[in-house]
Amino acid sequence: MVSTMQTIFSLHKQGRNKYTVPQFGAESYDPIPQHLCRGELNLADVSEVDVVRHYRKLSSLNFGVDNGMYPLGSCTMKYNPKINDAVASLPQFTQQHPATIEELSQGSLHIMYSLQEMLCAITGMKQFTLMPAAGAHGELTSVMIIKKYFETKGEKRNIILIPDSAHGTNPASVAMCGFTVKEIPSNSDGDVDIDALRAAMDDNVAAMMLTCPNTLGLFDRNIMTIADILHSNGALFYCDGANLNAIVGKVRPADLGFDIMHVNLHKTFSTPHGGGGPGSGPIGVVEKLTPFMPVPVIAKKDNQFYLDYERPQSIGRVHSYYGNFLVMLRAYTYIVMLGASGLKQVAEHAVVNANYLRVKLQKHFNLPYTRICMHEFVINDEGMPGGITTNEIAKRLLDYGFHAPTVYFPLIVHGAMMIEPTETEHRDTLDAFVDTMIAIKNEANTNPEVLKAAPHTTPVRKVDALLAARKPVLKWEE
Amino acid sequence: MSFLPNSDEDIRSMCNEIGVNSVEDLFVDIPSTVKNPDIQLPSPLSEQEAMHSLLRIANTNKRVCSLVGGGIYHHYVPAVVDHLSSRSEFYTAYTPYQPEVSQGTLAAIFEFQTYMCRLTGMDIANASMYDGATALAEAVLMAVRTTRKNNVLCSAAIHPHYRQVLATYAWASDISLQIVPYKNGATDYTELSHIINDTVACVVVQSPNFFGVIEDIEKVAHIAHEHKALCIATFTEAMSLGLLKSPGECGADIACGEGQSFGNYPANGGPLLGILACKKEFMRTIPGRLIGKTVDEDGRECYVMTLQTREQHIRRERATSNICTNEGLCALRATIYLGLVGNRLVELARTNHMAASYCLEQLVNLGYERVFDAPFFNEFVIKINNAKNVQNKLMDNGFALGIPLETYYPELSDCLLVTATECTTKDDIDTLVKLLQTI
Repeated sequence: MVSTMQTIFSLHKQGRNKYTVPQFGAESYDPIPQHLCRGELNLADVSEVDVVRHYRKLSSLNFGVDNGMYPLGSCTMKYNPKINDAVASLPQFTQQHPATIEELSQGSLHIMYSLQEMLCAITGMKQFTLMPAAGAHGELTSVMIIKKYFETKGEKRNIILIPDSAHGTNPASVAMCGFTVKEIPSNSDGDVDIDALRAAMDDNVAAMMLTCPNTLGLFDRNIMTIADILHSNGALFYCDGANLNAIVGKVRPADLGFDIMHVNLHKTFSTPHGGGGPGSGPIGVVEKLTPFMPVPVIAKKDNQFYLDYERPQSIGRVHSYYGNFLVMLRAYTYIVMLGASGLKQVAEHAVVNANYLRVKLQKHFNLPYTRICMHEFVINDEGMPGGITTNEIAKRLLDYGFHAPTVYFPLIVHGAMMIEPTETEHRDTLDAFVDTMIAIKNEANTNPEVLKAAPHTTPVRKVDALLAARKPVLKWEE
Repeated sequence: MSFLPNSDEDIRSMCNEIGVNSVEDLFVDIPSTVKNPDIQLPSPLSEQEAMHSLLRIANTNKRVCSLVGGGIYHHYVPAVVDHLSSRSEFYTAYTPYQPEVSQGTLAAIFEFQTYMCRLTGMDIANASMYDGATALAEAVLMAVRTTRKNNVLCSAAIHPHYRQVLATYAWASDISLQIVPYKNGATDYTELSHIINDTVACVVVQSPNFFGVIEDIEKVAHIAHEHKALCIATFTEAMSLGLLKSPGECGADIACGEGQSFGNYPANGGPLLGILACKKEFMRTIPGRLIGKTVDEDGRECYVMTLQTREQHIRRERATSNICTNEGLCALRATIYLGLVGNRLVELARTNHMAASYCLEQLVNLGYERVFDAPFFNEFVIKINNAKNVQNKLMDNGFALGIPLETYYPELSDCLLVTATECTTKDDIDTLVKLLQTI
């Protein structure tokens, strides 16, 4: 096997590690009994230069938003303003211990309280908690609140409705709270099938979870009817806010009839995705659900911010402390810089960019849902010359310096490519993306072999995922 | 301030090409009665104004010399960690769905998994959970799935926030949770032997526990295994793994906890770094992302997300968990930190223990009571009459001394959990002692 990259462990050489630990200057009088202590620790011993060169090299094998367009649908890979990181690096924030008494942590509490209030203004919800550490964690916390709401009312409802276009986290979150998932089909326009919804409604339905706009990038035109159907049956309406970027400032989810929602600070509010996290998934609720919010709630009284634990009906705690504070700081900074007018423009430009791409690509690729889209849209590989597949198109895009779209999702579109340009790409980049997609389609005719073998110019070529699953090697060994 | 690159002219001509008259025409599907609401937010700011405003707020946080831990620790973060983790190829990427352009993230997380396995003595570690408390909750769900049993025993000496999060998850999943009392600062092992029976899915113990006391995980694992229950060993202070016998070596089946101590800041409690590791027989029930080694088409070694059929995007409601976004960048920071510190972690851990030992010795010399006579790592419980009052006076002099335990354990009034790390100097402690003499 040829090795492209060394691991830090293969760089190990005894004596290279010069990291100096400060000496305390007094002896321990209370030694730990030997039987509780470990034997040798076998980490890698390398020099500081080795560490710097190794991880700098690894970074060069990665593609991020700062490298180029990253149209990963439903992930909102927009530009992450650098001031956000500068603020999140201030020692007044980074060095602060969460158990510090409230009088000494007014700055952090101020940020959290204000962000809660701003999210309420943006979404129309009555109260927000910032505790969930990611979108899926927000979903889970929300489903817990739904469970607690009905438990408190003494109603036994065990079904949650989810459209067939939903993210996988929705059914997984539902299952973790002991509810049963009932799937609702979409109609040929990409909206929820209202008849199927009516047929599924009964006293066992606790809620419906709907991504808004949905994962086809479409705004459900029957959304207020859906809300009415749910509410008249005593059920709750949950908004998966993963796609809030399309409607931020344009409409408040509470005004559409949603009772509870999560937002992804790492999507709509520009905080970096960190190579998989940390994110942040705050949730907002209407008035009747506020008693069930997790503790503590950040509150304000007599101009002092404090942590409110006096919430007898709360579902309890869902995080070690208060959530991903440094992510909240970044989102706060973004919102105060943009203001209401700036946020509304975010949605507008995101939607213009997506529709521009849609119209341009529609001439060359199959577009299963042709209506005006929101911030993203879905094309597929149907009719591609030579049976070229979505995966092959995605890999070839990497060769041309673009990240791939989200592929094979949503599941209701065969061979889906879900494309979300975001508002931070300009027209020239979108044109280049379109030209590249057309060039790839031409290659499918003229040189299908180059497509099937893609990618060619990436740090590694096509990766054997089957081998990894068949013979799992999950840690480095000599 | 705006980050929109398109000019007004771009937008106009793009609308033209789309075939609409205005941007508003693209929002036709939103009911007009609720469209374009009046949203009350402060006026937009320039970057300079925003920074000024944020600094003003930041300065209302007050810094003190902190002898506070209890789950989040003040450790020194070497400059290399900030420098490397600030490379935007790392932090502006997302989950490595396209391995060919994500080898940086994938290789680093593969190293992270290796570090976690070596430190915990386990075979498999995932690519991170949100934090220690949710990692513990996921570990318990995993044990319940694996054993097909529904009762969980949890030591009272586990961090109260961890127990609270576990209680929330257990309630949601209809798992029955029973607390095992503590005795002299450690889990009451005799009581545990009495309570346990064959319906128990797992026994959860924390070491060092919330009182700073090092638990006898071997004993707990033995008791658990006698009843075909799993032993879950959790920790809040990852630094202790540099010195203490690993959970795996002690016979635990699952190790989980908080990794903030490795290169991540206290940061008002987040982002944190949840660690979850297990023995290899649980490979297919562990939640979260796993990175595996493989080869590319040219036979070169490389990495890829693997065993994804456990995960929500494939298995949906039958997934091992709903986790999607995790704490990748915090895991990267921990990886860089461990690369830099290497085997000097042992020495660093020893310095932590020395600082705490010296601190305890000095406080005992002042006449305060050491509450639990048991081995500890870098935290201990001390009883100070009128503790609240003493804490307040110290605070006025720039010292935060410990966490009051009475909030969580009513029987422990006037007891403080005091923490010292390598960031606590002998001078700090000597100054503290002088202050205490004047109070």
